[in-house]
Amino acid sequence: MNKMTLSALTLSAALLPLASQAATEIEWWHAMGGANGEKVNEIAANFNKSQSDYIVKPVYKGNYSETMTAAIAAFRAHQQPDIVQVFEVGTATMMSAKGAIYPVYQLMKDAGEKFDSKNYLSAVTGYYTDSNGNMLSMPFNSSTPVLYYNKDLLAKANVEPPKTWEEMDEAGKKLRAAGVQCGFTTAWQSWIQLENLSARHNVAFATEDDGFKSTKAELAFNGPLQVMHISKMAEWQKEGVFQYGGRTNDAAAKFYSGECAMYTESSAGYSGIRKNASFPFGVSQLPYWQSQIDKPLNTIIGGASLWAMQGKPSDHYKGVAKFFSYLSQPEVQADWHQFSGYLPITQAAYDLTKSQGFYDKNPGTETAVIQMTSGTPTVNSKGLRLGNFAQIRDIIDEELESVWSGKQDAKTALDTAVKRGNELLRKFEKANK
Amino acid sequence: MTVTFPQRPLPWLLLLPQLLVTAIFFLWPAGQAVKQAFYQEDAFGLSSEFVGLENFSHLLHDPLYYASIGTTLFFSFAVAFVGIALALLLAVMADRVMRGQIIYKTLLIWPYAVAPALAGVLWWVMFDPSTGPIAVWLKSMGINWNHFLNGNQAMTLVVIAATWKQISYNFLFFLAGLQAIPRSLIEAAAIDGASPFKRFWTVVFPLLSPTTFFLLVVNLVYAFFDTFGIIDATTSGGPGQSTKILVYKVYDDGFIGLDLGSSSAQSVILMMIVGVMTVIQFRYIERKVQY
Amino acid sequence: MIERRPWLTLFSHCILILGIIAVALPIWVALVASTHPAEAFKQGVIPLWFGDQGWITWKKVLFSAAGNGVDVPVWLMMINSLVMALAIALGKIAISILSAYAIVFFRFPLRMLCFWIIFMTLMLPVEVRIVPTYKVVADLSLLNSYTGLALPLIASATATFLFRQCFLTIPGELVEAARIDGAGPWRFFKDILLPLSRTNIAALFVILFIYGWNQYLWPLLITTDDHYYTLVMSIKRMVSVAEGDIAWNSIMATTILAMLPPVLVVVGMQKLFVKGLVDTEK
Repeated sequence: MNKMTLSALTLSAALLPLASQAATEIEWWHAMGGANGEKVNEIAANFNKSQSDYIVKPVYKGNYSETMTAAIAAFRAHQQPDIVQVFEVGTATMMSAKGAIYPVYQLMKDAGEKFDSKNYLSAVTGYYTDSNGNMLSMPFNSSTPVLYYNKDLLAKANVEPPKTWEEMDEAGKKLRAAGVQCGFTTAWQSWIQLENLSARHNVAFATEDDGFKSTKAELAFNGPLQVMHISKMAEWQKEGVFQYGGRTNDAAAKFYSGECAMYTESSAGYSGIRKNASFPFGVSQLPYWQSQIDKPLNTIIGGASLWAMQGKPSDHYKGVAKFFSYLSQPEVQADWHQFSGYLPITQAAYDLTKSQGFYDKNPGTETAVIQMTSGTPTVNSKGLRLGNFAQIRDIIDEELESVWSGKQDAKTALDTAVKRGNELLRKFEKANK
Repeated sequence: MTVTFPQRPLPWLLLLPQLLVTAIFFLWPAGQAVKQAFYQEDAFGLSSEFVGLENFSHLLHDPLYYASIGTTLFFSFAVAFVGIALALLLAVMADRVMRGQIIYKTLLIWPYAVAPALAGVLWWVMFDPSTGPIAVWLKSMGINWNHFLNGNQAMTLVVIAATWKQISYNFLFFLAGLQAIPRSLIEAAAIDGASPFKRFWTVVFPLLSPTTFFLLVVNLVYAFFDTFGIIDATTSGGPGQSTKILVYKVYDDGFIGLDLGSSSAQSVILMMIVGVMTVIQFRYIERKVQY
Repeated sequence: MIERRPWLTLFSHCILILGIIAVALPIWVALVASTHPAEAFKQGVIPLWFGDQGWITWKKVLFSAAGNGVDVPVWLMMINSLVMALAIALGKIAISILSAYAIVFFRFPLRMLCFWIIFMTLMLPVEVRIVPTYKVVADLSLLNSYTGLALPLIASATATFLFRQCFLTIPGELVEAARIDGAGPWRFFKDILLPLSRTNIAALFVILFIYGWNQYLWPLLITTDDHYYTLVMSIKRMVSVAEGDIAWNSIMATTILAMLPPVLVVVGMQKLFVKGLVDTEK
């Protein structure tokens, strides 16, 4: 009757890949494009070579939100991958989805795989640990914000890389006076200029210990420190000391092109900068306000972790556990860390990298690790655990943009962002009772 | 039309494939979407709670939703107006020239074939504030182009990208309309001594008004629903909310924000808007056919 | 020509040429950009004249891997896009012509209901109902398959409408004559209706081919196996490379390759394309 459809059906049946392999296939959805994506493929290939029972198949699913959404849609349709890479802001959503995730500590125990959470850097795992100290997901790519600077432009204006925001003020003005178009620009404005700002100055970003204690948390980033910082940045935007360059890390273009002399960006931006900057550059710690704190706290992490998803046959999870162990090996970790600029997740990988002399050969790469691991994290610098946080970040982006364009003052914008964000938090609380 | 075949089972058999595909891939999922609009659910679908009209009342009390409606209207009318005006200009010019008309036509219609997402990527590159050729040129003219910051510029960018794709469509319809105008009418006006400019406004343009009206509707529908890819590839709705049109908001809230309840409620509202628009369009087509 | 006004003709030519330049500008930039190394994009202004990397980039993109997280070459994705576009276009035409035939030439109970059910599909763009549709396709285990790529997009009524409009203009006498000749419904369809709709089918095919080729949100969601990636969706994958180094030169080359087939169809089958547009009026 309908030959077309029929022949299309047979055609597609004939073209379906042969699924009869001896080894168990483990699907891993990730958000690593570009060079990092190639590295991910390499890691998986090496794991596949190291044993013959499991085949890890990495699939690039677009950016972080696309990857997470795809996994969630797949879960709803019972087609979920074994492992999915979820960005740090999705942590609370994943954690509360008890029936959807297989906590890593449990998985390792059930699979009989050797696993000691103490081997991991607490500054990294803290973000992914529940209130009982159990690790729920496997940290994979963690980064933290640092300051990159264009050595040529700084030399031209005769300034040192600023350690504090007070120095940034001065440096920016000098740079402007020396004819540089813009002092600094920033990537990930919410993460760097609000979340990390709060952590570094030991100020709460949200109540309930930044959401770690319960889903009742309310946003609190409209306090005096944050308002002061954002007002100052708005002022800088007018003077050209700061220039907004877009959401996520779109601002990179401003730094690469030599328009802006400095750039606050994730430590993972290192490889991109090395590749694209035609000038010598340096890395230093994220500035802080000397007037607000004598000794700044650690910065918090960004990036993503790997979650095992429920609903697969048990032999899959043995493979997942093996793969997680493989990923945590110092050699694999150190290689990934050195290649991508993401932080090492175990002490052993950090030590190995040090002993290989990597930090000496690549000045600036250790900055992030030092900044990240200095001091003991307080409740304000452990991380954030807020539901619907991806959306809240969008709101923050929107409100901050209206500050940079001069439509709103800092106080109004932050108040609005808090109000709008709290509505989402209440929604989340209600949906995850 | 009045003459038909009497068979009973045959028409059902003929309809079966389309009805099946429609039921499985349209009615069922659309029904699910409508149902979802009355529930509040966590992202994974592990628990869901009937909330009645709460999702709707949230929306209707949300100033940002109205802002998005405003943005959509502005965007749609801007795309329709700019696209129609430029296409009309080009069509009139193409209608005038004798030589090379086919070449001009060929070189003007191809953007229709370009996927919205690709159009978005192309224009994004052209206008990148730091490296885009047009942005740099604008800067040298003293205009500080930064659509990451300036909502009006972002809107301009998406309007340009959306119009670029649509001009070819409008152009073809105008050209066909112009060529259907009897030469004798224009000649008569010319003998009366009317200048080409005057002839256009008094004779040609009124005769084109049905085409213009039709294109207005089509362009509005296009801007409302088919520009998702353009927005997604260029501004993602920003900066602020300045380019977040309704269709993008549905996607953004449901897909990025994982708030399926609110997103579905928005779909239902959109569905009603499309329903009205389709009926208008449909009636228009019907009338034309009978005529 | 009504009267000779050379200056006006010259003016017309100028406007048209300006229009063509404006329309082609982004393609020019894309073409040029694809011939420079990826870094050129970030270090300053995109150059306006060709570089020397063109051959390398194009060869890599076409035959080894498109890059930026997409590990399959463009030629493979081109085949996928082609299969999807053809399946959508032909599938839609096939089911639509049958159902339009039923609605116009038969009287049966619930005829109008059927008509409205099909009609409703015009009302909800795929972006809006995508999560539940995904679930249906997953339940039928059609993820990562050509059927899954094409079938859900066939469920739309534009083509049914076109055929309905076209059939409505067929004079009743023709049907009567066929019945007097003893032709059954099947023979009428095959010998009269199909030949009469030939140009309509061809015109519609052009439009639907473009529609199918340009799909991107749907393939993006349902393909996890890169052997089923389509060209347009891969662009989206490529530009959303996170925190890294987007290779703009290969993206531009892929973009040009992705728009080439439908553009060629439009240019090569201009007459049919115009007819298709005017007919579907959508």
